[in-house]
Amino acid sequence: MQALKVEDYTFSYLDTKNPALIDVSLEIAKGEIVVLAGPSGCGKSTLLKSIVGLIPHMYSGSWSGKVIVDGAEVSKTKISELAKKVGFVFQNPENQIFMFSVERDIAFGLENLALPKDEMRQRVDEALSLLNLKNLADRAPHELSDGQKQRTAIAGVLAMKPSILILDEPTSLLDPYTAHEVIGTVQRLNKNLGITVIIVEHRLDLVSSIASRLVIMDNGRIIANDVPKKVYSNFEALKAVGMPIMASLHKELGGIGEPPLSVDEFVSALKIRND
Amino acid sequence: MIEFYDVSFRHQNGIMALREINLKIETNTLTAIVGENGAGKTTLVRHINGLLKPSQGKVLVFGEDTKKQSVARLSRKVGIVFQNPDHQLFSDTVENEILFGLRNFGIEEKHDRLEWALEFFDLSRYRNVSPMLLSGGEKKRLCFACVLAWDPDILILDEPTVGQDHKHKEKIVLMINNLLQKGKTVIIVSHDLEFLWPQQPRTLVMSQGKIIADGNIAEALSNDSVIKQANLVRPQLLALAIALTLKPPRNVAEAAKVLAR
Repeated sequence: MQALKVEDYTFSYLDTKNPALIDVSLEIAKGEIVVLAGPSGCGKSTLLKSIVGLIPHMYSGSWSGKVIVDGAEVSKTKISELAKKVGFVFQNPENQIFMFSVERDIAFGLENLALPKDEMRQRVDEALSLLNLKNLADRAPHELSDGQKQRTAIAGVLAMKPSILILDEPTSLLDPYTAHEVIGTVQRLNKNLGITVIIVEHRLDLVSSIASRLVIMDNGRIIANDVPKKVYSNFEALKAVGMPIMASLHKELGGIGEPPLSVDEFVSALKIRND
Repeated sequence: MIEFYDVSFRHQNGIMALREINLKIETNTLTAIVGENGAGKTTLVRHINGLLKPSQGKVLVFGEDTKKQSVARLSRKVGIVFQNPDHQLFSDTVENEILFGLRNFGIEEKHDRLEWALEFFDLSRYRNVSPMLLSGGEKKRLCFACVLAWDPDILILDEPTVGQDHKHKEKIVLMINNLLQKGKTVIIVSHDLEFLWPQQPRTLVMSQGKIIADGNIAEALSNDSVIKQANLVRPQLLALAIALTLKPPRNVAEAAKVLAR
């Protein structure tokens, strides 16, 4: 089953000469974790806006082709309907959480859906336990650590039960350990719930090992779209985002076998070769 | 030279953000400050330009006590590029944003400086655009441009790589090297240890308001309990060196040379 299908999609913002996206085609199956990377201005944000429906419902422009999210064509679907299908987690959780307790914050989106009280209660409890926030349910956002804030933001989005979870550089403001923890949480949610995930991230090193696919964009086009190990051997495409350190070392050493996605993988491959 | 003597700082809400910090940073050096969210890194650097004054102890910048100087006077010498650009930008156009500091400090060759800053930070095409319309990464570069334009002696960069792609990260490296060549003192607060590693800075690891390790980046990050306490994850080349008991390579080329043997 497909979670997302983008078909020969080209989009130009109003009053601009060059299209922001050119002939983009992308299919994402349900349950995948796809990492989207590319230099500033490559079209990532335009693509995300086209998936959540901000384009064409809020931004004017001209387009050809189609974007289909969970069976619904975005340009023909109300943004309020799309909000139930796609959840969006911002880079800075401060832009997303604002209620006076973690629990109230998670319930906020559900109140807007006008759900029955019992169901709301049940979904909030589920989201709290999925993100290990039960003990913090009564805390005010300012009493939380940054990692806990980001988990609260994710919980609020998950409570809406979207079929796709999009995270836009979710760890760039977090310390390295907390960043790994948040990425681990995303992986766990994907495994347990089967939710489809799209992560925008500049640092491939951090996310490649949990990704089913890496998609690299440059100048409005998709220039690589494959499993991480294949993309790690596509040096031309990696130029656009910077060579991941272990891929680069593997290449310098002659590039025998598959490129490693992490230090651990590199070290075990080396030990096997030396034995 | 920057000197901290027994500096403690208590926020108005009673939280101790810095505890008995003793520290010397020599002129024309590169120093990195790392540590968990809320460790006190930003609080520490805000003492250098006098935005915050110690609750106890004293901070000297070029020999002068920050308590006896105005923030305006210190800012001419100490430039901070803040973590969140929205806390820094307020003018109607990119050009006026850069000119603001130059005018305030009465710098004569302001038009040359403006052109240099626009060009170096890849912002010329936005000259007449409102800063609020720029992307996050562009706003950040505008903040660099504004501060570097007035040419302070000490540069403090708070999370400089957030939202920057690898080309702009390379530009930041170039900028840091330029500044060091010109005799400046550069201090970087960052979670991005992979970015810091090849620069091999002196590294201060902070946790809960204290400096818990201080030394060359490889030394400072060698101790497992320091890594754990400060919520860090070692840069990959250091992790590799530890796993294979090698001398830590500065970059991929060095690592490849050692491993090829």
